[in-house]
Amino acid sequence: MEKNQLFLDKKLSQSLTGYSLILPASIVLLTFAILPLFYAIFLSFHKVKILGDVEYKFIGWKNFIRVLSDERVLIALKNTVEYVIIVVPTQTLLALGLALILNANLKGKNWFRIIFFLPNITSSTVLTLIFMWIYNADGLLNNLLKFLHLPTYNWLGDPNVALKSIMLMNIWSTAPFFAIIYLAALQDIPKYLYEAASIDGVEHWEQFLYITLPALKPVTFFALVMGVIGTFQLFDQAYIFSGGSGGPNNSTLTIVMLIYQYAFKSLDIGYASALALILALVIAIATLLQRLFIQEEKFN
Amino acid sequence: MEFFSLTLYRKKSCCKIGLYILLLGYAIATLFPFLWAMSSSFKTLSEIVSGNSGLIPQHFTWDNYKKIIWEEPLFLRWLFNSIFVASWVTGLNLICNSLAGYALARVSFVGNKFLFWIVLAILMIPGQITLIPSYLILKNLGWLNTYQGLIIPNGVNATFIFMMRQFFINFPTELEEAASLDGLGVWETFWKIVLPLAKPALAAQTIFIFMGSWNNFLMPLVVVSQPDLFTLPLGLNTFRGEYISYWNYIMAASIVFTLPVLSIYAVFNRYFIEGVKFTGSK
Repeated sequence: MEKNQLFLDKKLSQSLTGYSLILPASIVLLTFAILPLFYAIFLSFHKVKILGDVEYKFIGWKNFIRVLSDERVLIALKNTVEYVIIVVPTQTLLALGLALILNANLKGKNWFRIIFFLPNITSSTVLTLIFMWIYNADGLLNNLLKFLHLPTYNWLGDPNVALKSIMLMNIWSTAPFFAIIYLAALQDIPKYLYEAASIDGVEHWEQFLYITLPALKPVTFFALVMGVIGTFQLFDQAYIFSGGSGGPNNSTLTIVMLIYQYAFKSLDIGYASALALILALVIAIATLLQRLFIQEEKFN
Repeated sequence: MEFFSLTLYRKKSCCKIGLYILLLGYAIATLFPFLWAMSSSFKTLSEIVSGNSGLIPQHFTWDNYKKIIWEEPLFLRWLFNSIFVASWVTGLNLICNSLAGYALARVSFVGNKFLFWIVLAILMIPGQITLIPSYLILKNLGWLNTYQGLIIPNGVNATFIFMMRQFFINFPTELEEAASLDGLGVWETFWKIVLPLAKPALAAQTIFIFMGSWNNFLMPLVVVSQPDLFTLPLGLNTFRGEYISYWNYIMAASIVFTLPVLSIYAVFNRYFIEGVKFTGSK
């Protein structure tokens, strides 16, 4: 009996310690992660007035139905999808190429890794400012193109080119990062696989096709999903580029920027929440797919 | 035979030179914008306007830095805000994430498993969805345009709770058992034994959290509207609006903004690359 009591006491004090250790994190996560999740769902079914006292009026699915007939959503979606479709495959292929070169037993590999990581630690604000300057009418890029006798562009002001300017910058800054991840994976492929293949007389490109590529499948999947998640959330660059407008002529309007504009410029909180919820759902599905896939790889 | 292997060798080294050129070209393309921005920050405006794209300033000058630091009344304030906010965010994360991770890994209490699943679930909530509600919650708390509004919501990170838990789970239990035999309680064991041994994980966490806070743009944009509470990314953005064609000032400001992270990177670049492996690729 007494022993039992002692055991319970110990368990209780252990539990109390556990809760007190986890309390600070719980408070923050509860207030700024879990509560917002449910609050967002609530908001998306309401018309919200936030000037003066906050007021909610339940309007059912109206916010979601409104999305279907919103021309700006269509433009933002088109821009974002175009952006994802061009940027993600390009940067992944480029990264793979760079990693393969880096893996070819070259000297100074570490120096290249250090340089390649630079854009990744630099803030998007600074990168965007530097590139805005490179893109200037008589900036570095146009000077280079003139020198090579190639056509020059109005990189910032032409609606047909503005989004491509951001794409170029994004590919430039992200590809080296994925190259570093690819390189790590390449170096994990056991050497004996290649040695065995060489002895069997398997050609170089066949080794690449049948050994390297399959071994890189999980990393490729990681790069693609992270690429899609990252590009879907394009905001900083487009915001700074266009001064928050999404211009010229809506050509750099992205989904997150549209959400920002609706929520914080037109104070259309309910509608913006519905849009955010749809975007979040798409991203959550992508994340989930990635986790499932990588878990499966691990079990195999 | 000898001749043959020699040509093979030559062919190989030729190929290698080609690869070097490709790699070097890409490295230059990566590095050049930074170097160019840096050199422009030491050029006079007239030199910049005249279209000198060279890396070496013809008339080297510190004036751009002097101008933004001493004559721009808010620039130092923004620098201070960024350092202040990023330091607090990093400190809070280190403490809260490690404590929570340790509890989830080592302390058996009712609901331990359940809380762990909640942390995993939070990992899947994308930032966009929490932005608007967090804004309203901060508004309700009266925390818009305050430091705590910039700090507290970012003070805990589910990703790093998860990682600290994984780290502590792989930790040998003997040390803690010995500590417990010596009469140390859970808290003392945590501070004196566990945390000092967790340095690599803490270093990676410090770097990524500090950088994340330092570079964050969207959240401060929403939370803060008073210019004297701006962090550097916001400050820089308005700065550009004000000095739209003074690229010499804009570049000097960008360099000041980048230097702290760059110096951290120079010292700890090992942890960055480790951290990348740590955070996700496999």
